[in-house]
Amino acid sequence: MTSLLSIRNLRVQFGASGKGFPAVDGIDLELASGELLGIVGESGSGKSVTMLALMGLIDAPGRVTADELRFMGQDLLGMSPRERRRLIGKDIAMVFQDALSSLNPSYTVGFQIGEVLRAHLGLSRAAARQRTLELLQLVEIPDAASRLGAYPHELSGGMNQRVMIAMAIACKPKLLIADEPTTALDVTIQAQIMDLLLRLQREQGMSLVMITHDLGVVAEMAQRVAVMYAGQVVETAPVDRLFESPRHPYTEALLAAIPEHNKGAERLSALPGIVPGALDRPKGCLLAPRCRYVQARCQQERPMLLEGVRCFFPVPEAARHG
Amino acid sequence: MADPNILLEARELARHYDVSRGWFGPKATVKALNGVSFTLQAGRTLAVVGESGCGKSTLARQLTLIEPPSSGSLLIEGVDAASADTATLKRLRQRVQMVFQNPFASLNPRKSIAATLDEPLLINTRLSAAERMERIEAFAAKVGLRAEHLRRYPHMFSGGQRQRVAIARAMILSPSIVVADEPVSALDVSIQAQILNLFMDLQQEFGTGYVFISHNLSVVEHVADDLMVMYLGSAVEMGDKRRIYARPLHPYTQALMSATPAIRPADRRSRIKIQGELPSPLNPPSGCAFHKRCPLAKAVCAEAAPLLRIVDGRQVACHALDGP
Repeated sequence: MTSLLSIRNLRVQFGASGKGFPAVDGIDLELASGELLGIVGESGSGKSVTMLALMGLIDAPGRVTADELRFMGQDLLGMSPRERRRLIGKDIAMVFQDALSSLNPSYTVGFQIGEVLRAHLGLSRAAARQRTLELLQLVEIPDAASRLGAYPHELSGGMNQRVMIAMAIACKPKLLIADEPTTALDVTIQAQIMDLLLRLQREQGMSLVMITHDLGVVAEMAQRVAVMYAGQVVETAPVDRLFESPRHPYTEALLAAIPEHNKGAERLSALPGIVPGALDRPKGCLLAPRCRYVQARCQQERPMLLEGVRCFFPVPEAARHG
Repeated sequence: MADPNILLEARELARHYDVSRGWFGPKATVKALNGVSFTLQAGRTLAVVGESGCGKSTLARQLTLIEPPSSGSLLIEGVDAASADTATLKRLRQRVQMVFQNPFASLNPRKSIAATLDEPLLINTRLSAAERMERIEAFAAKVGLRAEHLRRYPHMFSGGQRQRVAIARAMILSPSIVVADEPVSALDVSIQAQILNLFMDLQQEFGTGYVFISHNLSVVEHVADDLMVMYLGSAVEMGDKRRIYARPLHPYTQALMSATPAIRPADRRSRIKIQGELPSPLNPPSGCAFHKRCPLAKAVCAEAAPLLRIVDGRQVACHALDGP
């Protein structure tokens, strides 16, 4: 597999320069062609901002810097905005959490999908309509021909999410980013959308980055997982390894907090405290105030991501979950 | 009172809404809640699960006496709320309190935490200011808030802390029943665990009965004693949590459980695919409401609605269990 995407030391700052607040604080990520990566983290961990930065959707006063931001061998940061716009929506596409607010309420869904085809592929009106119909059938919308003229408010949440997916895959992207695509949906609909995404990823051979806070979704779908905390990747590993034997204390605590891992227990094992906010980032390791294994060194220095773990004292072999 | 342990009893509780269909169209009726019966005992938790539109929140509005039911009866500590006068209703409302889903919307942004917690006491008790303050401080401590937090305003808190305030507000009148409508679904996993623990601790201390509404089956498995699965306004399966999780009988319960993503491969159930989406409550299917999506549907399912009956120690409403 060849590297499709390579991110090195990506930083996204908000606020005044000098005393700005890093929402994303030095992210390194590699994504192979056809790979399915899950990014998990709690709210405010920077998982969405990372992907928005990749899409070029961070506006001022946000500042994006990186040592490297490469997609299919092209340097995204060195590109002109015009070149970059040609890439976005065509080779990199994104599906957002709330489909209803991502779609334009004043246009039919058929028009909105057709617009992508006309803008990026230069299709004629008739050809775009034909292709839109095929796309709606591909995302399993029943009675697709009659839905072309429907407005978003006439469709259910699950159907709107299917429309968003149809729009995203319209130009056969190499990389699809799905930002919490099933969070707003009911579980039975969530299962349908997950199956759809997996099928499309297989059939079209695209890479899929799945952003979610639901560890169950990641465990069932992804091949590799990156766990984020307060703007940093704290652990990255193949999915089975991560869930069987987490090495970072945060991953371990997160897994331990799920009700599924506390069957029969009276109390859940909870991680104390909350994610540090914009102004109270600790000097040392960002997890230090909440970590159960914290030591003096953690308070003073920030660890680097080494061998997939950002921790001075990774969870040792013996203490791992069996 | 027949049994002092029974805090809450619903008998064929129903709530129908009339919906206008324009000036000339006939009025339509949405049967949001369509005859639900259950009891809740002190110190126990009844979890209500189902997808959006199944009537969970309508049920919560009936139980908390926000709206009167269209038919059926609701007994709170043995007193029938449907036929109660205003004074009795006011007294009963103190006994049933509610925690809402979104702590960003359920707290008044212009009131300090102390004022928020003071309001129920001011309205419902004759305590002096000093006594109220003492009680507020005691309950704030119980939910894990510090004394200095009381002077602050909701925007200064994280979601988890706000939910603690909402819980303190619900518990401060020492109600016998707390209805919690998706109390942790807006929270992150690590905070969710803290809040669930708090719910369990308070139940142990006060013996409160909880009606816990959620769509998250793994959360429900942790907190519930009894489970009620709802579909389009009716209970389809109801009974002891352990029995239902060990062997769900209704095809909708099976589909819900298999659709829930599991972390451990051993916990994954083979996925039972159900087709399509929830039908419109304005125009529900004939017979069993689930039959158009059901993998086991038979001819009889389109004709007659199945009734709840006892199978393997729980109540289920399904024709497929009647044998061939």
